[in-house]
Amino acid sequence: MNRNRLLLVVLLPLLLTLAAGLGYAVLSLPEQPQYLQKLVMDNMAESGVSHPVTAVLLNFRAYDTLLEMMVLLLALLAVWSFDMTDPKHKTAPNQVLDTLTRLLTPLLILVTAYLLWVGAHAPGGAFQAGSVLAASAVLLSLAGWRLSNKLTALPLRIVLVAGPGVFIIISALTMLLEGQLLKYPVAQAGLYIVILETFATLSIGATLAALFLGVRPGKTDKDKGGKHK
Amino acid sequence: MNPANFYALVGIGLFCIGLFGMIINSHLLRKILAFNIMGSGVFLILVALGRRADNMPADPVPHAMVITGIVVAVSATALALTLMIKVTTITGQATLPDEDDK
Repeated sequence: MNRNRLLLVVLLPLLLTLAAGLGYAVLSLPEQPQYLQKLVMDNMAESGVSHPVTAVLLNFRAYDTLLEMMVLLLALLAVWSFDMTDPKHKTAPNQVLDTLTRLLTPLLILVTAYLLWVGAHAPGGAFQAGSVLAASAVLLSLAGWRLSNKLTALPLRIVLVAGPGVFIIISALTMLLEGQLLKYPVAQAGLYIVILETFATLSIGATLAALFLGVRPGKTDKDKGGKHK
Repeated sequence: MNPANFYALVGIGLFCIGLFGMIINSHLLRKILAFNIMGSGVFLILVALGRRADNMPADPVPHAMVITGIVVAVSATALALTLMIKVTTITGQATLPDEDDK
Protein backbone atom coordinates (compact mmCIF):
# COMPACT_ATOMS: atom_id res chain seq x y z
CA MET A 1 0.00 0.00 0.00
CA ASN A 2 2.76 2.36 1.01
CA ARG A 3 4.55 1.67 -2.20
CA ASN A 4 1.39 2.42 -4.16
CA ARG A 5 0.96 5.76 -2.44
CA LEU A 6 4.56 6.66 -3.17
CA LEU A 7 3.96 5.69 -6.77
CA LEU A 8 0.94 7.97 -6.93
CA VAL A 9 2.79 10.90 -5.36
CA VAL A 10 5.59 10.60 -7.89
CA LEU A 11 3.47 9.57 -10.85
CA LEU A 12 0.68 12.12 -10.78
CA PRO A 13 2.90 15.23 -11.00
CA LEU A 14 4.91 13.58 -13.75
CA LEU A 15 1.79 12.78 -15.76
CA LEU A 16 0.36 16.25 -15.20
CA THR A 17 3.62 17.73 -16.43
CA LEU A 18 3.45 15.51 -19.48
CA ALA A 19 -0.17 16.51 -20.13
CA ALA A 20 0.69 20.19 -19.73
CA GLY A 21 3.66 19.86 -22.06
CA LEU A 22 1.63 18.05 -24.72
CA GLY A 23 -1.21 20.53 -24.33
CA TYR A 24 1.17 23.43 -24.78
CA ALA A 25 2.62 21.76 -27.86
CA VAL A 26 -0.85 21.32 -29.39
CA LEU A 27 -1.98 24.85 -28.60
CA SER A 28 1.21 26.41 -29.95
CA LEU A 29 0.92 24.65 -33.29
CA PRO A 30 0.73 27.08 -36.19
CA GLU A 31 -2.39 27.45 -38.26
CA GLN A 32 -3.05 24.55 -40.55
CA PRO A 33 0.00 23.92 -42.71
CA GLN A 34 -0.76 23.61 -46.37
CA TYR A 35 2.09 21.54 -47.68
CA LEU A 36 0.89 17.90 -47.69
CA GLN A 37 -2.75 18.82 -48.06
CA LYS A 38 -2.00 20.98 -51.07
CA LEU A 39 0.09 18.18 -52.57
CA VAL A 40 -2.83 15.77 -52.19
CA MET A 41 -5.40 18.21 -53.55
CA ASP A 42 -3.26 19.15 -56.54
CA ASN A 43 -2.88 15.53 -57.56
CA MET A 44 -6.42 14.35 -56.90
CA ALA A 45 -7.20 14.30 -60.62
CA GLU A 46 -4.53 11.64 -61.19
CA SER A 47 -5.50 9.46 -58.24
CA GLY A 48 -8.40 7.62 -59.85
CA VAL A 49 -10.77 8.30 -56.93
CA SER A 50 -12.40 11.46 -55.66
CA HIS A 51 -12.17 10.94 -51.90
CA PRO A 52 -8.85 12.32 -50.60
CA VAL A 53 -8.43 9.80 -47.75
CA THR A 54 -8.87 6.86 -50.13
CA ALA A 55 -6.50 8.53 -52.57
CA VAL A 56 -3.86 8.83 -49.85
CA LEU A 57 -4.37 5.26 -48.60
CA LEU A 58 -4.53 3.42 -51.89
CA ASN A 59 -2.55 5.61 -54.24
CA PHE A 60 -0.19 8.23 -52.82
CA ARG A 61 0.78 6.18 -49.77
CA ALA A 62 -0.20 2.73 -51.03
CA TYR A 63 3.16 1.48 -49.77
CA ASP A 64 1.99 2.07 -46.19
CA THR A 65 -1.18 0.11 -46.86
CA LEU A 66 0.83 -2.74 -48.33
CA LEU A 67 2.95 -2.89 -45.18
CA GLU A 68 -0.15 -2.65 -43.03
CA MET A 69 -1.64 -5.71 -44.72
CA MET A 70 1.62 -7.47 -43.89
CA VAL A 71 1.35 -6.39 -40.24
CA LEU A 72 -2.14 -7.88 -40.07
CA LEU A 73 -0.95 -11.14 -41.57
CA LEU A 74 2.06 -11.25 -39.23
CA ALA A 75 -0.14 -10.67 -36.19
CA LEU A 76 -2.37 -13.54 -37.30
CA LEU A 77 0.64 -15.82 -37.81
CA ALA A 78 1.90 -14.93 -34.34
CA VAL A 79 -1.51 -15.61 -32.78
CA TRP A 80 -1.82 -18.92 -34.61
CA SER A 81 1.65 -19.97 -33.53
CA PHE A 82 0.57 -19.87 -29.87
CA ASP A 83 -1.40 -23.02 -30.38
CA MET A 84 -4.53 -21.92 -28.56
CA THR A 85 -7.27 -24.40 -27.85
CA ASP A 86 -10.82 -23.71 -28.90
CA PRO A 87 -13.13 -23.30 -25.93
CA LYS A 88 -15.77 -25.80 -26.91
CA HIS A 89 -19.17 -24.48 -26.06
CA LYS A 90 -21.59 -27.23 -26.78
CA THR A 91 -24.72 -25.28 -25.92
CA ALA A 92 -26.87 -24.38 -28.86
CA PRO A 93 -27.29 -20.64 -29.38
CA ASN A 94 -30.67 -19.40 -28.28
CA GLN A 95 -33.23 -18.72 -30.89
CA VAL A 96 -33.02 -14.94 -30.82
CA LEU A 97 -29.29 -14.94 -31.52
CA ASP A 98 -29.69 -17.61 -34.15
CA THR A 99 -32.48 -15.83 -36.02
CA LEU A 100 -30.91 -12.42 -35.68
CA THR A 101 -27.62 -13.70 -37.06
CA ARG A 102 -29.36 -15.25 -40.04
CA LEU A 103 -31.07 -11.94 -40.75
CA LEU A 104 -28.06 -9.74 -40.13
CA THR A 105 -25.38 -11.63 -42.05
CA PRO A 106 -26.70 -10.87 -45.55
CA LEU A 107 -27.30 -7.28 -44.51
CA LEU A 108 -23.75 -6.95 -43.18
CA ILE A 109 -22.34 -8.39 -46.39
CA LEU A 110 -24.40 -5.85 -48.32
CA VAL A 111 -23.06 -3.06 -46.11
CA THR A 112 -19.54 -4.38 -46.76
CA ALA A 113 -20.04 -4.12 -50.50
CA TYR A 114 -21.55 -0.66 -50.16
CA LEU A 115 -18.71 0.64 -47.97
CA LEU A 116 -16.17 -0.81 -50.36
CA TRP A 117 -17.75 0.87 -53.36
CA VAL A 118 -18.55 4.20 -51.74
CA GLY A 119 -14.91 4.57 -50.64
CA ALA A 120 -14.06 6.02 -54.03
CA HIS A 121 -15.92 9.27 -53.37
CA ALA A 122 -17.01 9.36 -49.72
CA PRO A 123 -15.80 8.06 -46.35
CA GLY A 124 -15.51 4.30 -46.63
CA GLY A 125 -13.10 1.89 -48.24
CA ALA A 126 -11.32 -1.37 -47.70
CA PHE A 127 -10.68 -1.09 -43.97
CA GLN A 128 -14.17 -0.08 -42.98
CA ALA A 129 -15.67 -2.71 -45.27
CA GLY A 130 -13.27 -5.35 -43.96
CA SER A 131 -14.18 -4.55 -40.37
CA VAL A 132 -17.90 -4.96 -41.12
CA LEU A 133 -17.18 -8.25 -42.85
CA ALA A 134 -15.16 -9.39 -39.84
CA ALA A 135 -18.00 -8.34 -37.54
CA SER A 136 -20.42 -10.53 -39.46
CA ALA A 137 -18.01 -13.46 -39.23
CA VAL A 138 -17.59 -12.90 -35.47
CA LEU A 139 -21.36 -12.79 -35.06
CA LEU A 140 -21.68 -16.05 -36.97
CA SER A 141 -19.02 -17.73 -34.87
CA LEU A 142 -20.67 -16.53 -31.65
CA ALA A 143 -23.88 -18.12 -32.86
CA GLY A 144 -22.00 -21.39 -33.11
CA TRP A 145 -21.49 -21.46 -36.84
CA ARG A 146 -18.22 -22.94 -38.06
CA LEU A 147 -16.67 -23.09 -41.49
CA SER A 148 -16.58 -26.64 -42.75
CA ASN A 149 -13.24 -28.41 -42.47
CA LYS A 150 -12.88 -28.61 -46.20
CA LEU A 151 -12.73 -24.83 -46.42
CA THR A 152 -10.46 -24.13 -43.45
CA ALA A 153 -7.32 -25.63 -44.92
CA LEU A 154 -6.32 -24.13 -48.23
CA PRO A 155 -9.27 -21.88 -49.21
CA LEU A 156 -9.15 -19.92 -45.95
CA ARG A 157 -5.43 -19.35 -46.31
CA ILE A 158 -5.87 -18.23 -49.89
CA VAL A 159 -8.42 -15.64 -48.74
CA LEU A 160 -6.04 -14.51 -45.99
CA VAL A 161 -3.14 -13.87 -48.36
CA ALA A 162 -5.28 -12.63 -51.27
CA GLY A 163 -5.04 -8.97 -50.19
CA PRO A 164 -1.28 -8.82 -49.59
CA GLY A 165 -0.72 -11.15 -52.57
CA VAL A 166 -2.65 -9.01 -55.04
CA PHE A 167 -0.93 -5.95 -53.58
CA ILE A 168 2.47 -7.48 -54.27
CA ILE A 169 1.46 -8.56 -57.77
CA ILE A 170 0.23 -5.04 -58.58
CA SER A 171 3.40 -3.57 -57.07
CA ALA A 172 5.47 -5.76 -59.36
CA LEU A 173 3.25 -4.91 -62.31
CA THR A 174 3.58 -1.18 -61.73
CA MET A 175 7.33 -1.60 -61.38
CA LEU A 176 7.37 -3.18 -64.83
CA LEU A 177 4.89 -0.80 -66.48
CA GLU A 178 5.76 2.51 -64.91
CA GLY A 179 9.18 1.81 -63.45
CA GLN A 180 8.14 2.87 -59.99
CA LEU A 181 6.60 0.96 -57.10
CA LEU A 182 2.80 1.35 -56.95
CA LYS A 183 2.71 4.18 -59.45
CA TYR A 184 -0.46 3.35 -61.36
CA PRO A 185 -1.01 4.39 -64.96
CA VAL A 186 -3.17 7.50 -64.58
CA ALA A 187 -5.94 6.32 -66.90
CA GLN A 188 -6.47 3.00 -65.07
CA ALA A 189 -5.76 4.18 -61.52
CA GLY A 190 -9.40 3.78 -60.48
CA LEU A 191 -9.48 0.18 -61.72
CA TYR A 192 -6.26 -0.70 -59.89
CA ILE A 193 -7.63 0.78 -56.68
CA VAL A 194 -10.93 -1.12 -56.92
CA ILE A 195 -9.09 -4.42 -57.49
CA LEU A 196 -6.73 -3.74 -54.58
CA GLU A 197 -9.56 -2.71 -52.28
CA THR A 198 -11.73 -5.71 -53.10
CA PHE A 199 -9.06 -8.25 -52.24
CA ALA A 200 -7.88 -6.18 -49.29
CA THR A 201 -11.45 -6.14 -47.91
CA LEU A 202 -11.71 -9.93 -48.12
CA SER A 203 -8.32 -10.41 -46.47
CA ILE A 204 -8.88 -7.82 -43.76
CA GLY A 205 -12.27 -9.30 -42.92
CA ALA A 206 -10.91 -12.83 -42.80
CA THR A 207 -7.81 -11.84 -40.85
CA LEU A 208 -9.67 -9.82 -38.22
CA ALA A 209 -12.21 -12.61 -37.71
CA ALA A 210 -9.43 -15.19 -37.46
CA LEU A 211 -7.65 -12.95 -34.93
CA PHE A 212 -10.86 -12.84 -32.90
CA LEU A 213 -11.20 -16.63 -32.91
CA GLY A 214 -7.50 -17.06 -32.18
CA VAL A 215 -7.46 -20.76 -32.94
CA ARG A 216 -5.55 -22.00 -35.94
CA PRO A 217 -8.20 -23.78 -37.99
CA GLY A 218 -7.43 -27.33 -38.98
CA LYS A 219 -4.99 -27.72 -36.09
CA THR A 220 -6.55 -31.09 -35.45
CA ASP A 221 -9.17 -32.58 -37.67
CA LYS A 222 -11.88 -32.13 -35.05
CA ASP A 223 -14.12 -29.07 -35.06
CA LYS A 224 -11.53 -26.33 -34.79
CA GLY A 225 -12.47 -22.71 -35.25
CA GLY A 226 -13.39 -21.61 -38.66
CA LYS A 227 -14.72 -18.61 -40.26
CA HIS A 228 -16.58 -17.29 -43.07
CA LYS A 229 -15.01 -15.65 -45.99
CA MET B 1 -10.34 27.87 -28.41
CA ASN B 2 -11.62 26.24 -31.57
CA PRO B 3 -13.14 22.74 -31.54
CA ALA B 4 -10.06 21.10 -33.05
CA ASN B 5 -7.86 22.23 -30.18
CA PHE B 6 -10.47 21.13 -27.68
CA TYR B 7 -10.63 17.62 -29.17
CA ALA B 8 -6.85 17.47 -29.29
CA LEU B 9 -6.67 18.39 -25.59
CA VAL B 10 -9.23 15.68 -24.80
CA GLY B 11 -7.02 13.28 -26.76
CA ILE B 12 -4.04 14.29 -24.63
CA GLY B 13 -6.17 13.68 -21.53
CA LEU B 14 -7.09 10.19 -22.78
CA PHE B 15 -3.44 9.47 -23.54
CA CYS B 16 -2.36 10.45 -20.03
CA ILE B 17 -5.22 8.50 -18.38
CA GLY B 18 -4.22 5.46 -20.40
CA LEU B 19 -0.56 5.88 -19.45
CA PHE B 20 -1.54 6.21 -15.80
CA GLY B 21 -3.68 3.08 -16.00
CA MET B 22 -0.94 1.14 -17.69
CA ILE B 23 1.58 2.02 -14.98
CA ILE B 24 -0.52 1.43 -11.88
CA ASN B 25 -2.45 -1.69 -12.92
CA SER B 26 -0.67 -5.00 -12.73
CA HIS B 27 -3.45 -7.05 -14.27
CA LEU B 28 -2.52 -7.63 -17.89
CA LEU B 29 -6.04 -7.17 -19.25
CA ARG B 30 -6.21 -3.75 -17.61
CA LYS B 31 -2.83 -2.91 -19.08
CA ILE B 32 -4.06 -3.87 -22.56
CA LEU B 33 -7.21 -1.79 -22.09
CA ALA B 34 -5.16 1.16 -20.87
CA PHE B 35 -2.88 0.78 -23.86
CA ASN B 36 -5.91 0.97 -26.14
CA ILE B 37 -7.13 4.11 -24.38
CA MET B 38 -3.71 5.65 -25.00
CA GLY B 39 -4.04 4.71 -28.65
CA SER B 40 -7.52 6.23 -28.87
CA GLY B 41 -6.11 9.46 -27.44
CA VAL B 42 -3.44 9.56 -30.14
CA PHE B 43 -6.03 8.89 -32.86
CA LEU B 44 -8.26 11.64 -31.51
CA ILE B 45 -5.35 14.11 -31.58
CA LEU B 46 -4.49 13.18 -35.15
CA VAL B 47 -8.08 13.40 -36.38
CA ALA B 48 -8.64 16.72 -34.61
CA LEU B 49 -5.44 18.30 -35.87
CA GLY B 50 -6.29 17.26 -39.42
CA ARG B 51 -8.66 20.21 -39.51
CA ARG B 52 -7.29 22.97 -37.37
CA ALA B 53 -8.91 25.91 -39.07
CA ASP B 54 -12.67 26.03 -39.51
CA ASN B 55 -12.61 27.52 -42.97
CA MET B 56 -10.42 24.84 -44.50
CA PRO B 57 -11.07 21.28 -45.73
CA ALA B 58 -9.66 18.46 -43.62
CA ASP B 59 -6.12 17.31 -44.26
CA PRO B 60 -6.50 13.73 -45.54
CA VAL B 61 -3.01 12.57 -44.57
CA PRO B 62 -3.51 12.30 -40.78
CA HIS B 63 -6.93 10.78 -41.36
CA ALA B 64 -5.41 8.06 -43.53
CA MET B 65 -2.78 7.50 -40.84
CA VAL B 66 -5.53 7.00 -38.25
CA ILE B 67 -7.28 4.36 -40.37
CA THR B 68 -4.00 2.52 -40.73
CA GLY B 69 -3.31 2.95 -37.04
CA ILE B 70 -6.67 1.57 -35.94
CA VAL B 71 -6.23 -1.63 -37.90
CA VAL B 72 -2.70 -2.11 -36.60
CA ALA B 73 -3.89 -1.40 -33.05
CA VAL B 74 -6.64 -4.00 -33.37
CA SER B 75 -4.22 -6.66 -34.57
CA ALA B 76 -1.68 -5.75 -31.87
CA THR B 77 -4.44 -5.98 -29.26
CA ALA B 78 -5.42 -9.42 -30.52
CA LEU B 79 -1.81 -10.55 -30.24
CA ALA B 80 -1.50 -9.06 -26.75
CA LEU B 81 -4.70 -10.78 -25.60
CA THR B 82 -3.43 -14.11 -26.94
CA LEU B 83 -0.16 -13.62 -25.04
CA MET B 84 -2.15 -12.76 -21.92
CA ILE B 85 -4.24 -15.93 -22.20
CA LYS B 86 -1.07 -17.96 -22.63
CA VAL B 87 0.54 -16.34 -19.56
CA THR B 88 -2.62 -17.01 -17.58
CA THR B 89 -2.83 -20.67 -18.56
CA ILE B 90 0.87 -21.24 -17.81
CA THR B 91 1.30 -19.30 -14.55
CA GLY B 92 -2.30 -19.34 -13.32
CA GLN B 93 -2.48 -15.59 -12.89
CA ALA B 94 -3.00 -12.71 -15.28
CA THR B 95 -0.08 -10.62 -14.02
CA LEU B 96 3.57 -10.67 -14.89
CA PRO B 97 5.76 -12.20 -12.16
CA ASP B 98 7.12 -9.55 -9.78
CA GLU B 99 10.76 -9.42 -8.73
CA ASP B 100 9.70 -9.09 -5.06
CA ASP B 101 7.70 -12.29 -5.17
CA LYS B 102 10.72 -14.47 -5.74
